[in-house]
Amino acid sequence: MLLIKEMQDKAKLLRRHIIKMIAEANSGHPGGSLSAVDIITVLYFHVLHHDPKNPLWPDRDRFILSKGHAAPALYAALAEAGYFPIEELLTFRKTNSRMQGHCDVMATPGVETSSGPLGQGLSFGIGCALAARLDNQKYYTYVLLGDGECDEGQVWEAAMSAAHYKLDNIIAIIDRNGIQLDGRTCDIMNTEPLDEKWRAFGWHVIIVDGHDIYKLELAFDEAKMIKGKPVMIIANTVKGKGVSFMENKAEFHGKPPTKEQAAQALKELE
Amino acid sequence: MIMCAESSMREAYGKTLVELGKENKDIIVLDADLSQSTQTFMFAKEFPKRFFDCGIAEQNMMGIAAGLAASGKTVFASTFAVFASSRCFDQVRWSIAQPHRNVKIVATHAGVTVGEDGASHQSIEDLALMCALPGFTVIVPADAIETSQAVRAAATDCGPYYIRLPRPKSAVLYGDNYQFVMGKAVTMRDGKDATIIATGLMVERALQAAEELIKGGLDARVLNIHTLKPLDGKAIIKAARETGAILTVEEHLRQGGLGSRVAQIVAEYCPVPMTLMGIKDSYSLSGKPDELLAIHGLTASNIAEKAIGLVYKKFKSHPDSKK
Repeated sequence: MLLIKEMQDKAKLLRRHIIKMIAEANSGHPGGSLSAVDIITVLYFHVLHHDPKNPLWPDRDRFILSKGHAAPALYAALAEAGYFPIEELLTFRKTNSRMQGHCDVMATPGVETSSGPLGQGLSFGIGCALAARLDNQKYYTYVLLGDGECDEGQVWEAAMSAAHYKLDNIIAIIDRNGIQLDGRTCDIMNTEPLDEKWRAFGWHVIIVDGHDIYKLELAFDEAKMIKGKPVMIIANTVKGKGVSFMENKAEFHGKPPTKEQAAQALKELE
Repeated sequence: MIMCAESSMREAYGKTLVELGKENKDIIVLDADLSQSTQTFMFAKEFPKRFFDCGIAEQNMMGIAAGLAASGKTVFASTFAVFASSRCFDQVRWSIAQPHRNVKIVATHAGVTVGEDGASHQSIEDLALMCALPGFTVIVPADAIETSQAVRAAATDCGPYYIRLPRPKSAVLYGDNYQFVMGKAVTMRDGKDATIIATGLMVERALQAAEELIKGGLDARVLNIHTLKPLDGKAIIKAARETGAILTVEEHLRQGGLGSRVAQIVAEYCPVPMTLMGIKDSYSLSGKPDELLAIHGLTASNIAEKAIGLVYKKFKSHPDSKK
């Protein structure tokens, strides 16, 4: 198990991969990848029981990236965990790559399901969690959503049903970076107060700093103690976190950095 | 031809699910608050732990189905055809079709014969939508016996299926010795002058039309294409070659369903005169099923009439007729 400092270094390394991949592809979604990367780091290098050499191990914890446009963050974590060679990351978005622009379960080892069209991941996760309960399997299902993604009606259908089925083996996380493609979520479509909404839907809600590795670890520890209801970890994050000129900028939702910008970003991430 | 008895395809589905549930503990059934109508309540009663009512939330149901299937379950998900197809098309596309999940969508109350509920509840676009999805198998059974066997075949095959069932009871067309083969057309009646290709409830009417036609000396072949995808191209090409004219009949829009799919094969491999019978580009009405079928020109006598016109067209288009 990694120390907090090592985890922070790992997250920084994943950020460097993200910048390099998106710059090389000259397309992709840096903002939401950088906001989610500390959460994904804590999951892959602290929380998840998984085996990179055996991606379909039946007892593995499931991680579902519902906000599929943050695929670069997931791919970087999978490569660093050993699912496939790190060099392969630079094929991202290229023809015949195993890494599509959005997650493709048929292409990438370690990806649990295809995503991209927003709002679908939590429902899929509920299916995994119900199967675990039916089979007396001990694995947990983790689903990462965006706050903009919570505009989708299906998210709330899923929220209702996970509580109805009293699923305590599913833990969802919202990467609350406050920005969607067209602007600030409070201006485009206000999803707040998110915590009250999820509580009203029957979930146990934990609010945490989504860039604080230690607090994220504690949040997952707490989540696993809750019995009889699903848990939502609302992680407050900064879109574009770690790269000064991308932070809190809606324009970097889906825009790649120029060569010069990428060089500067990598310098900031040394 | 046995056409005296009537039975319900939905009931056959419900009963078959119970049998399958006894044989395989990994069969899971989902419904969206319509279990009394889709007949999945029988399974729910027998296996309450393996049945999940997802409420009136079809999009979520399809996602849950995908997650269960990804965890090794064989999942049947049922609701009305109009909701199973268009309401959650994106979820079916990206959570089920693209990952090729082992989910069997059995959709009931299809077509205009849902009747009095009116156009809002009449799925007339579902076959076009579901046939468009890569990797999906699409089946429209013609009677209760075929339904039962198609459901069994789906349960033993791995991958996504769409099985479309009607609301009304229908004639029993097959005997107990019938053997359903996925993707294989059934010659219900041989003939040489034209081929009537039908699916679902229209098969019964196509057979009645053929009986009427033979009285006037016109010998029509009747093919039941229960599997719209993958389509039995060989049987279609053989029919085109041997009978020289193809008439398709379906309880669906003329575009995107059986007729379009058969025409694609005929145009590509063996062009012959064709007539496509189905619902013209419009939504329907409330009414009794048979009255609605008559409004859309989908009765046995409508089929016979079109067949005569088609055979006339066939002889007119023959090179010898121009000499």
